Amino acid sequence: MSYDMSDKDYSKDLDLTKLKPYGDTMNDGKVQLSFTLPIKNNEKGQEAAKNLAKKMGLLNPLVADAISLENTFTLFIIYGELKYTVNYNKIEVTTLDTKTLSKEEVESLIETKLKRDITVIGASTGTDAHTVGIDAIMNMKGYAGHYGLERYKHINAYNLGSQVENETLIQQAKEHNADVLLVSQTVTQKDVHIKNLVNLIELLEAENLRDRFILIVGGPRISHELAKELGFDAGFGPRNYANDVATYFTETLIEKNKDE
Amino acid sequence: MKLTLKEPVITASRTKAKSIANQIQLFIDKHSTVSVERTILRLLGVDGVNSIDIPYPNVIIDDLKNKECLKDGVAFYLASALKATNLSLDELVEKIDKNSIDITSYPKLDKSTIREVLQPYFSNSLKQITNQKNKRDSYKKQFGDKQGPLLYVIVATGNIYEDVTQAKAAARQGADVIAVIRTTGQSLLDFVPYGPTTEGFGGTYATQQNFKIMREALDQVSEEEERYIHLVNYASGLCMPEIAAMGALERLDMMLNDSLYGILFRDINMKRTFIDQYFSRIISAYANITINTGEDNYLTTADAFENAHTVLASQFINEAFAKNAFMKEELQGLGHAFEIDPSMENGFLYELAQAQLARQIFPKAPLKYMPPTKHMTGNIFKGFIQNALFNIVTKTTNQRIHLLGMLTEAVHTPFMSDRYLAIENANYINQTMKDFASEIEFKKNGKINKRANTVLSRADELLTQIEQKTMFKSLSEGVFADIKRQENAGKGLEGVFVKSENYLNPVLDVMKEKLKRTW
Repeated sequence: MSYDMSDKDYSKDLDLTKLKPYGDTMNDGKVQLSFTLPIKNNEKGQEAAKNLAKKMGLLNPLVADAISLENTFTLFIIYGELKYTVNYNKIEVTTLDTKTLSKEEVESLIETKLKRDITVIGASTGTDAHTVGIDAIMNMKGYAGHYGLERYKHINAYNLGSQVENETLIQQAKEHNADVLLVSQTVTQKDVHIKNLVNLIELLEAENLRDRFILIVGGPRISHELAKELGFDAGFGPRNYANDVATYFTETLIEKNKDE
Repeated sequence: MKLTLKEPVITASRTKAKSIANQIQLFIDKHSTVSVERTILRLLGVDGVNSIDIPYPNVIIDDLKNKECLKDGVAFYLASALKATNLSLDELVEKIDKNSIDITSYPKLDKSTIREVLQPYFSNSLKQITNQKNKRDSYKKQFGDKQGPLLYVIVATGNIYEDVTQAKAAARQGADVIAVIRTTGQSLLDFVPYGPTTEGFGGTYATQQNFKIMREALDQVSEEEERYIHLVNYASGLCMPEIAAMGALERLDMMLNDSLYGILFRDINMKRTFIDQYFSRIISAYANITINTGEDNYLTTADAFENAHTVLASQFINEAFAKNAFMKEELQGLGHAFEIDPSMENGFLYELAQAQLARQIFPKAPLKYMPPTKHMTGNIFKGFIQNALFNIVTKTTNQRIHLLGMLTEAVHTPFMSDRYLAIENANYINQTMKDFASEIEFKKNGKINKRANTVLSRADELLTQIEQKTMFKSLSEGVFADIKRQENAGKGLEGVFVKSENYLNPVLDVMKEKLKRTW
């Protein structure tokens, strides 16, 4: 690569209504990107990469390197000048009510605000033999780099495993004086999971225990909306981890404490 | 380049680890598990599933368990039924499944007759394992055994056929070892699924058929590239010995297999794990499969600097357990990791000290060295440097099983380009620093020597404690990775039983005899 000797005939003043990336000069629009194309590494391939970069809005794309990954795959490293701008002044961000906290943040929140340990009982209930979901949230190892509840300080986590009857779950919850019940439903047929979840609520109501626990359900087919509809406090679908769940029940317990 | 280590401390630690493992061995020898019994069945040739997808080995063992006959072991009953009925093994299995015969109802045989009856069945499996062993040896003779670090990458698409595509691409790009990740949760299944699978979360199932499919694909690339490509899967969880047996039959080259990992990180009962790991290691030793132990995991939980000694202590213990299973040091891929916080002053020196420490204490072991994961962020540029520093330590201290770090760790599962860049990074360092280690020396009283000896002393102290308290008690107090496990809690305890005087495991006995002869 070489020194950029070209005339810069654009304004060098920062204009927030026309915000652009910054390389080494205001408004130069410089960006770097890399991607792989499933094609041979030759002049035609490089031209294809350049054309794609142009379509992304890059002026003067430079293929800094084209690397053969194997026979018909090529990695391109490209620099260019972005022609698009955004009006920074018009950007609006809606901040979420609950920001997911990290494991350490949850731990310190429990320590400073709740000032007692939280007991969580989890199970994959009914006929469901899959423990994937409940293990991802509860097991020490956790999932996708998010440690499970067992590893949290100030959280006593009991994972009852799979095919646990609702009755057993409730009995265990009473025995351990649980604060939170986590129910996982991974693979179900003919909406049997809905019946099973409703059954849990009915059993709890019959024993006048519904308000004693925070009730959470999770699984690939669960949404927060569905959970609410069924009478749970919260529902967690895919791409939620132990710290998402822990943030929710910790904050809810702190709120509950204030009310009491 | 050598550390000046206190040799008597190493000897003392090794002696203590041996005594710890021997205490447990007394327990192991008196017990068996459902998984061990299912492994015997598999090695006798029982395979397949029934009409509702329950594997036949499970059908038979569950039947014995229900009849409260498990204590005598499956060999005892199976031999008597085979001899009395004259049925073929397949026919017998089918009848057990249909409940049309009771295998506990036939005249009991003495032990030597049992061995005699079963010998033709398991000799087929043993022959297959030996053939696989020979095939591996002949490939390595033909292509040569690569010197220096073996580049190890992971595939985890959740579909065995997609895994094959990724694995072949990685091998062609220069990977020497391909690990096929299992689906989350398989370690807690008390059975091994059957047939090829195309589903899973973060990986697909370990099944014998999947092993076969991947082995064939990698043999093909090995021949094209004239370089032996190693295949790895997981003999861990509740089916340790069963999966070890499948791996032996299908020529896996390495198996994740740890004497403590399942207890700590999967909450599997400790008795179950100790008994299962023993048979699984005998099988792996017999099949010349290198095990990979999981000490690296301690450092993703506990602090890597503060708890470095727990890694070393665990390596000593894993070594002792492996030796009790007649596994040679050359097959012990003891694990550790590059996980010190990058913001720590002189962190690199301490990583170097730890890696060289393991190298010198376990000189013949093909050490498994894991890249940074805990302190990887979305800053891929910094991550690439972290990986480069890790690669420098790997090469300088001559680690053998070199797990490549991905610059996009903590962002997404690797792109094809991420894997390529990781291999390029490692090859660059292995090339440019080839003889670096033999050109440098550590200052006698320098930071690196001091650090290594501190870790060694602390590991020795920990081993002293464990030896005094016993392993069971130590685990209940959370000595490793800050995790506490109770002797009579955890998954799989219900599958552990005390052997009766009728009990025998003819396959284990034959394997052990053979291993003893060359020990």
